[in-house]
Amino acid sequence: MTSASTSTETHTWQASGDDAQPLLSVRELRVHFPTEDGIVKSVDDLSFDLGQGKTLGIVGESGSGKSVTSQAIMGLHRGTRARVSGHILFDGVDLLQISDSELRKRRGRDIAMVFQDPLSALHPYYTVGNQLAEAYRVHHDVSKAAAKTRVVEMLERVGIPSPQTRVDNYPHEFSGGMRQRAMIAMALINDPRLIIADEPTTALDVTVQAQILDLLVGLQKEFGSSIIIITHDLGVVAEMADDILVMYGGKAVERGDADTIFYNPEHPYAWGLLASMPRMDRLRTDRLRPIAGNPPSLINLPSGCAFHPRCVYASDELGCREIVPPFENESEHPVRCLIPHEERLSIFETKVRPTL
Amino acid sequence: MSSTTTEHRREFGEHPDRGGKPLGESILKVTGLKKHFPRKTRGLIPRADSPVKAVDGISFELHRGETLGIVGESGCGKSTAGRTVLQLLAPTGGTIEYLGEDITGVKGAKWRRLRTEMQMVFQDPYGSLNPRQTVGAIVGAPFHIQGIKPPKGVKAEVQDLLARVGLNPEHYNRYPHEFSGGQRQRIGIARAIALRPNVIVCDEPVSALDVSIQAQVVNLLEDLQNEFDLTYVFIAHDLSVVRHISDRVAVMYLGKVMEVADRDELYANPQHPYTQALLSAVPLPDPRKENKRDRILLTGDLPSPINPPSGCVFHTRCPKFRMELSDADKARCTGEIPQQREIAPMHEVACHFPGAPKVEILELEEVPEAPPELLAEIEEVAPPFAEPELLPIGDQDLEADEGRDPTS
Amino acid sequence: MFAYVVRRLFSGVVMLLVMSFVTILLFFSAPVDPARQMCGKSCTPERIEQTRKALGYDKPPTTQWAAFVKGVVVGRDYPADEQMRKEAPQNVVHCSAPCLGYSTVSQQMVASAVGSHVPVSASLALCAFVMWIIAGVVLGVIAALFKGTVLDRTIVGASLLFYAFPTFALALGIYTFFALTPFPGLGHPLFPIPNYTPISQGGVWTWFVNLLLPAFTLALVFIAGYVRITRSFVLESGQEDYIRTAKAKGLESRRILLKHTMRAALTPIVTIAGLDLGGLLGGAIITEKIFNYPGLGKLAFDSTVNYDLPIIVGIVLVAASFVIVANLVVDILYAVIDPRVKYS
Repeated sequence: MTSASTSTETHTWQASGDDAQPLLSVRELRVHFPTEDGIVKSVDDLSFDLGQGKTLGIVGESGSGKSVTSQAIMGLHRGTRARVSGHILFDGVDLLQISDSELRKRRGRDIAMVFQDPLSALHPYYTVGNQLAEAYRVHHDVSKAAAKTRVVEMLERVGIPSPQTRVDNYPHEFSGGMRQRAMIAMALINDPRLIIADEPTTALDVTVQAQILDLLVGLQKEFGSSIIIITHDLGVVAEMADDILVMYGGKAVERGDADTIFYNPEHPYAWGLLASMPRMDRLRTDRLRPIAGNPPSLINLPSGCAFHPRCVYASDELGCREIVPPFENESEHPVRCLIPHEERLSIFETKVRPTL
Repeated sequence: MSSTTTEHRREFGEHPDRGGKPLGESILKVTGLKKHFPRKTRGLIPRADSPVKAVDGISFELHRGETLGIVGESGCGKSTAGRTVLQLLAPTGGTIEYLGEDITGVKGAKWRRLRTEMQMVFQDPYGSLNPRQTVGAIVGAPFHIQGIKPPKGVKAEVQDLLARVGLNPEHYNRYPHEFSGGQRQRIGIARAIALRPNVIVCDEPVSALDVSIQAQVVNLLEDLQNEFDLTYVFIAHDLSVVRHISDRVAVMYLGKVMEVADRDELYANPQHPYTQALLSAVPLPDPRKENKRDRILLTGDLPSPINPPSGCVFHTRCPKFRMELSDADKARCTGEIPQQREIAPMHEVACHFPGAPKVEILELEEVPEAPPELLAEIEEVAPPFAEPELLPIGDQDLEADEGRDPTS
Repeated sequence: MFAYVVRRLFSGVVMLLVMSFVTILLFFSAPVDPARQMCGKSCTPERIEQTRKALGYDKPPTTQWAAFVKGVVVGRDYPADEQMRKEAPQNVVHCSAPCLGYSTVSQQMVASAVGSHVPVSASLALCAFVMWIIAGVVLGVIAALFKGTVLDRTIVGASLLFYAFPTFALALGIYTFFALTPFPGLGHPLFPIPNYTPISQGGVWTWFVNLLLPAFTLALVFIAGYVRITRSFVLESGQEDYIRTAKAKGLESRRILLKHTMRAALTPIVTIAGLDLGGLLGGAIITEKIFNYPGLGKLAFDSTVNYDLPIIVGIVLVAASFVIVANLVVDILYAVIDPRVKYS
């Protein structure tokens, strides 16, 4: 990508190693929903790259547009009233331009998804084996018996005990953790190159979450897939992600590798997120410093920088209420903020870091 | 168990780990509390099957102004414990003492009076507020139900309460759906403190909220605690939030308390293998720490509370049991129920073989205190363009259902 | 499962016992004396008394009810009075189980009167049921797929229109237009005047052709509910997570509809279909009356006009059993459709 040429740093944001072409390249993605009350801009001007075998964490609160992004990549908005524009280049092919049948061939085979709530994401009336076999047979012309062998193999691989009998169970007969394992088995059954995990552990208990994250990391090493993990939990991102994209009000507000976002964040929203989290691993337990106000409503997004009503550093001199801050997409650490770079650094060092 | 705890409290007076915070009077003492839900087979001859032992003999003591955190995974009985302590559910066994008086199974007028002393904040700010009532009616309801007339009148009192929890008193006549999730939780809190109770049981009060909003509500709860000398039972599955807010923490598993200790002691020196696994499972918002951390992974699933494992209920998933114990020791775990016993001052564990873990599970980091003048400065600065905090009507669906096509 | 069915059947029987007791109580308090009804013009008080005794109406209601229940289970003998049976054994008539009593107005056993009308109503109900289920579900799916278009509005509007029309007007219109008036360009009506012919007499085709018009009328009345329920289910299920999963797998939309959506739609459809069918088996009063179809509905109508209480009691109990059985079948089907439902 062009990022390598425009960036003056030795380290480019697209840290995909030797391969210059990223697996997934999203440019100026917009997902707008026309409603009676106006246009809901769920995703607005979103761009990012994801390298082969890498993990991107998308972080944001409710209404930030992170889930809509994942569904746009899967093309799940086709046939709805959503207006999707921009480019989603997967392996060089624009997923927004190809036909429905072309897209369908890629869904589940090249790009697979793991959803938040495995109980509702699995059909209650069919056995787990039936649903996994279906996912395999859509893309592979094999007999039912061969598909079942593959299903049992995958269930075993994700750590489901006695998969030979479990394959004939219904989703409700699985525990929450096992259901999510089954969902992961379903996502991996066609050996996809990209897995999108939308809040994959939010519905799970913390010990089960640890198992599932561990499983995902292990499988990624084994299968070499890229992962987009969407979550509101900064701990999960810290554990999983190579790169992090912070979303707010449908837009990317900051992007960088995990170290940058956690140790040198520059967007006031990212500062706010870090300051408002209680830390279990610190002896100090002074007062939390929450972000004032509420996440914005997408239907009535604040003008200018969407974060300005909650931002202590916003001012009229900077034009926070009028100007939508630009996002230097090709830079290695783009930040959507009108405060000049040097000033951001100094605010972070003097006012934010000492309180984190 | 609890008696020894009291003795130690007398002996030590105040605990050094609490920053010298003196212990208040004992306000709530729970001994051997049980809540079993019977499972009856319907039919001509109802047959009593083995009950679901949601809470199976838990004990703890709370002092005025303290916060007891109860953590555990779903199905461990922490919510049932909270409701049973408040007598919203009738206990199957054990006793609950409130200010030295046995209140187990009180009924009628006494039960109703108890409601003025002990209140609850629920997890779901959507489900726990009647959508057809105005905020004024919701927060004012406790006065009407208890027949209490505040000196300035109910409306003025409710408006004071709204202001106290950070809501605009002019929104007295608004309906819950006009507020965001965090604001709705504030309404629930206003209702809970309306009658100036002594004890509030908070059942997952921040789990449904966004990260930035969680902190607002946690701070509010802390402020109210200081102002009204409240005692909290704070039930949550988030160990970070519990560590932040609690003075004492109890860890529950399958209806039993596995470990209970003062906050810093529990997090720095967990003795029960389950506590250790729990602490080790929480991902830290710190990639460098995460990368070098060893995890204790539990195997298997939570057993059914209908038919819990024999002996120690945790033995089926216990890493220590699996990897470290001799066969003779294992027999003890499977055969004998471990009692909650004190292994250090104010630190009780229900395990036959407690001890520090082999790997470091949570490195507690010393961070320099933030400069007080900086904190004071931050405290004072408000966003210059803060908006009035009320949702336009009809917006809440969009927020609740992110990812869905809002038009369909 | 077996124990569950037995338990449910048992509670159904209890329900029928209660119903029969209540109807007999009502019967007892009716201002019309059935003995007098039977007695004719030249009646003496002695004859009335004798008739009353012969039918057992002189006994208290609990005794009558016990005799009725015994009749249903093992059959009973008339005259009901033991004395009379002894005096004239040659006049004793046996009413074999299930005996629902004796109708003084039509002078026949209730069970045989009701029994001969059941197949007619059952034929009609089943035929209508098949029509409305198939058409209702298909039209509902089409309406959902073309949501918001003219087609969708036409289907929903038309089905509502038929639902809103009073049944008698609908039946009369169909009867007149298709069976009485010569069809344009044909010179004779499209259908013969419906005249129920059992399969044993005229074969399946004749049976079916004669059923078409009344069944079609009933189907039109019922179809609206099925169109609506199917349409809204198909639309709502688009929001279900498991449908999203199916899409994410790369399945074709036709397969998603047929395998995933429709399977899930079975539960609500079976629920209302079972109850509708159960109710309809007990007779469609207006339709049967207008098409002069000798089913339970017409029998109920005629018996009401003639104040034939024993027959009414019989119909009530038979219709109620249909509903109870239909309810049980629906519950059993739940367990077949939904693996999460377990009866124990």
